[in-house]
Amino acid sequence: MALPLEEIKKLILSSIPDASIEIKDLMGDNNHYSATIKSKMFNGLNKIDQHKLVYKSLKGKMGNELHALSITTEENNGNK
Amino acid sequence: MEINEKIKNLINSNEVCLFMKGTPDSPQCGFSMTVSNILKHLKVNFNGINVLEDENLREGIKNFSDWPTIPQLYIKGEFIGGCDIIKEMFENNELKKILKDKNISHQ
Repeated sequence: MALPLEEIKKLILSSIPDASIEIKDLMGDNNHYSATIKSKMFNGLNKIDQHKLVYKSLKGKMGNELHALSITTEENNGNK
Repeated sequence: MEINEKIKNLINSNEVCLFMKGTPDSPQCGFSMTVSNILKHLKVNFNGINVLEDENLREGIKNFSDWPTIPQLYIKGEFIGGCDIIKEMFENNELKKILKDKNISHQ
């Protein structure tokens, strides 16, 4: 019941390609993470739908292999 | 179908309904404890429903809301969020605003 950090990043990026992801392994156990994810895909969505996009990118792993991932989502309104 | 009916019944008969692991007095998971404590702090009268007592409910609520994690907070029948969202809404005072808008007694 663990998922390496790089694997989580890869999964998120495959669904949210423009995401900038800051992710921390809180306990060094590949099981308790905290992630801040910024993307234009979140623009205009409410928080629930933003988090659902992240959960969907993890393809059912959330709540199974991945027990604890705290998510913070941010819209990307930059001009770049 | 039956479990969806049960969930609808729960969220419609309790103004503030928290699906959680454990009970408000004895939470079994840190995330459930966080949301429960926020509601207690705001002196909101809520019904904590322990999904660990009912495997059908534990899985059913995830399908019902299309949300893969517990806890889940419902206010007046509306899904408000899980732990991360509730925490964020508490910190930026949005939660208080929702409680006020939905006419839920709190401090």
